[in-house]
Amino acid sequence: MTDIALNPAAVSARPARRDIGLKRRYAAERRFRLYGIIAIAIGIFFLFALLYSVFSNGYTAFWQTEVNLSINLDPKIIDPDNKRATDPNVLLTANYPLLARNALAEKLGVSQSDKPGLRELGKLFSDGVRGQLRELVAGNPALIGTTQNVWVLTGADIDSAFKGQIDLSVDQTRRKVSDKQVEWMNKLKGEGAMAQRFNTGLFTYGASSRPETSGLSVALIGSLYMMLIVLCLSLPIGVAASIYLEEYAKKSRLTDIIEVNINNLAAVPSIVFGLLGLAVFINFLHMPRSASLVGGLVLTLMTLPTIIIATRAALRAVPPSIRAAALGIGASKTQMVFHHVLPLAAPGILTGTIIGLAHALGETAPLLLIGMVAFVANNPVTPLDPATALPVQIYMWANEAERAFVERTSGAIIVLLLFLAVMNITAIILRRRFERRW
Amino acid sequence: MNKLISTAALLAIAVAASTVGASARDQIQVSGSSTVLPYAKIVAESFGETFPNFKTPVVESGGSGAGIKEFCKGVGEETIDIANSSRPIKDAELKSCVDAGVKDVEEIRIGYDGIVFATDIKGPDWKITPKDIYLALAAQIVVDGKLVDNPNAKWNQVNPNLPDWDIAAYIPGEKHGTREVFEEKLMTGGCKATGAADAIKKLGLDDKAAAAACVKIRKDGKAIDIDGDYPETLARIDANKTGVGVFGLAFYENNADKLKVASVSDVVPSTETIATGKYPVSRPLFFYVKKAHLGVIPGLKEYVDFFLSDQMIGDDSPLVEYGLVAAPDAERKAQRDAFAAGTTMKN
Repeated sequence: MTDIALNPAAVSARPARRDIGLKRRYAAERRFRLYGIIAIAIGIFFLFALLYSVFSNGYTAFWQTEVNLSINLDPKIIDPDNKRATDPNVLLTANYPLLARNALAEKLGVSQSDKPGLRELGKLFSDGVRGQLRELVAGNPALIGTTQNVWVLTGADIDSAFKGQIDLSVDQTRRKVSDKQVEWMNKLKGEGAMAQRFNTGLFTYGASSRPETSGLSVALIGSLYMMLIVLCLSLPIGVAASIYLEEYAKKSRLTDIIEVNINNLAAVPSIVFGLLGLAVFINFLHMPRSASLVGGLVLTLMTLPTIIIATRAALRAVPPSIRAAALGIGASKTQMVFHHVLPLAAPGILTGTIIGLAHALGETAPLLLIGMVAFVANNPVTPLDPATALPVQIYMWANEAERAFVERTSGAIIVLLLFLAVMNITAIILRRRFERRW
Repeated sequence: MNKLISTAALLAIAVAASTVGASARDQIQVSGSSTVLPYAKIVAESFGETFPNFKTPVVESGGSGAGIKEFCKGVGEETIDIANSSRPIKDAELKSCVDAGVKDVEEIRIGYDGIVFATDIKGPDWKITPKDIYLALAAQIVVDGKLVDNPNAKWNQVNPNLPDWDIAAYIPGEKHGTREVFEEKLMTGGCKATGAADAIKKLGLDDKAAAAACVKIRKDGKAIDIDGDYPETLARIDANKTGVGVFGLAFYENNADKLKVASVSDVVPSTETIATGKYPVSRPLFFYVKKAHLGVIPGLKEYVDFFLSDQMIGDDSPLVEYGLVAAPDAERKAQRDAFAAGTTMKN
């Protein structure tokens, strides 16, 4: 009112609007929207920075340089004393790398008397050729004496040079590949005998000290076993605990204490669970070190609180009218829970479980103490065999000195991210599909 | 649904219960130093390939101290067989071993490791001495006969021959075995050479406290402790082109296209200068074996024999190619003889 009195011009034209702070309120809204957009932009920026650095470093890990050789499986080299009929070890311990070296020397025209040249030549291909040819020959001894066309992995340094990850402009004494090797590499590349092929080894090899033959298989199997154990143990235990707490237990001081403890446990640093696992499962129950079973048990303990909290929230979200209706038509309490409440709460429970599993999949700290941060070359057969996990393999590769492990680290991160994405997308689909609204 | 859940739970519990008192271990378990890890991995892998009847040993890494602690937990299948270490086992650690029942420990020296200073490859050549290191990185130095807080901010204040760079040194953190070698070989030497040792003694400290004061590193942010591994140090040098980092010789050799190595007291680090003892900053590497596990864990004796063979740690062996400095012939032979004779450490 005072505004009008103070503004005669407005009075004369038309009745003035009351100042209800519209301008200020719109400005506040615009400001808040801006803050929101900035917050999201910061998040997206860091997400893209992360994804960019991982993918730009890591995509090359899925292709590995290989060289095509016509290898003469010379019986004089494989079995010089002609004893293979009686002694099966001959085929296992034969000097297979020599076969590959001879084939390469012939291809590049390096004379057998040029010892330093042959030594440099020997580093062009990976020592993993031993296992590759052994498998070929031991699987089919009839091949001995024939010439086979085989793709053989190149050495890790050649692979890095081929991918342009080694600075070739510095003097050759300062890098791991010599000028001669680069010359050979370019010659083979020109002939099409050296090329990048899809790196199946990344998924089929175990840990190795040679970058080109190191892969994720032990980690993948270990992670898979642990996820199965976590799922089989934490889902039933978590669901049973939450149903009891939510539907049966009377609210008392004891249940309050339990509730506080569950919420506390969900926030306890995961390394604490590792210490617990070391003390209980290994030192007290004498379970084997480095086994995925122990890892799975430790991760179960870690995931349980998350699942219990999610399940209780899902049970609480089922409207009381459903319970009342079930009881009203004569269902027992257990029938009400299992026939009506639990099916309706299932999408929420599954979402919580999958998020808990995804969390467990990314853990390394508790595994350190139970011996799973380790160099394991043999694929585990049972959950009792030594194994590692995907994030552990990433951590171990990140600490390697060789250049070729840089791309493998990022490659492994990509694999882990894919796993997490699949799990989270499953959670979203389950929720969309089965979600009910009241 | 409820039947399914309860069956799954029972099944899982049954699996868990059945494993208590699991079958005999057929795989060697190794733990310890992250410096020895790459070497142990190469040996473990070749061992698995050479002996198809044994499984490849499992090699954990968690640091020398953690490995020895695990090693000293006791004797039995659930304990590890070998502890790798980048320093000799301490008396207190050996005592805890004996107390836990690990009475017979065999010490095996596999070779030597060099510790080098390196800068970004585009920088100038560096020649440093323990004295320069002390003057640049010590907490307190002697100026005009008095002990004062380290005033040096640039390398050329320390030694006019060094470049005009702000002091930024990335050194191994205190939990690293490398840190001890750094303190022992460089800081202590530099402390004596600059006269700081005498000045510290005059303060009336006992020998132990004086030695500790000598190796005290400045805390004003010019010397940065790296608690991770060498790749982290390399990343710091990448980010700060005028930084100086401390690396293992093997790591430097694998990244020689990014790093330039500094000579210490006019000796350029290389496997030769370290083997002859000319290069001052080197240390022996060890592993420790439980005698009680020999003959019980399949392949353990073969693994140690294989590790000590010339095809693994001799000249031209894969470990030497990776960066290990081979011990002289006589020393390697002595190690083999000691293991064959079953010599254990004195408790």
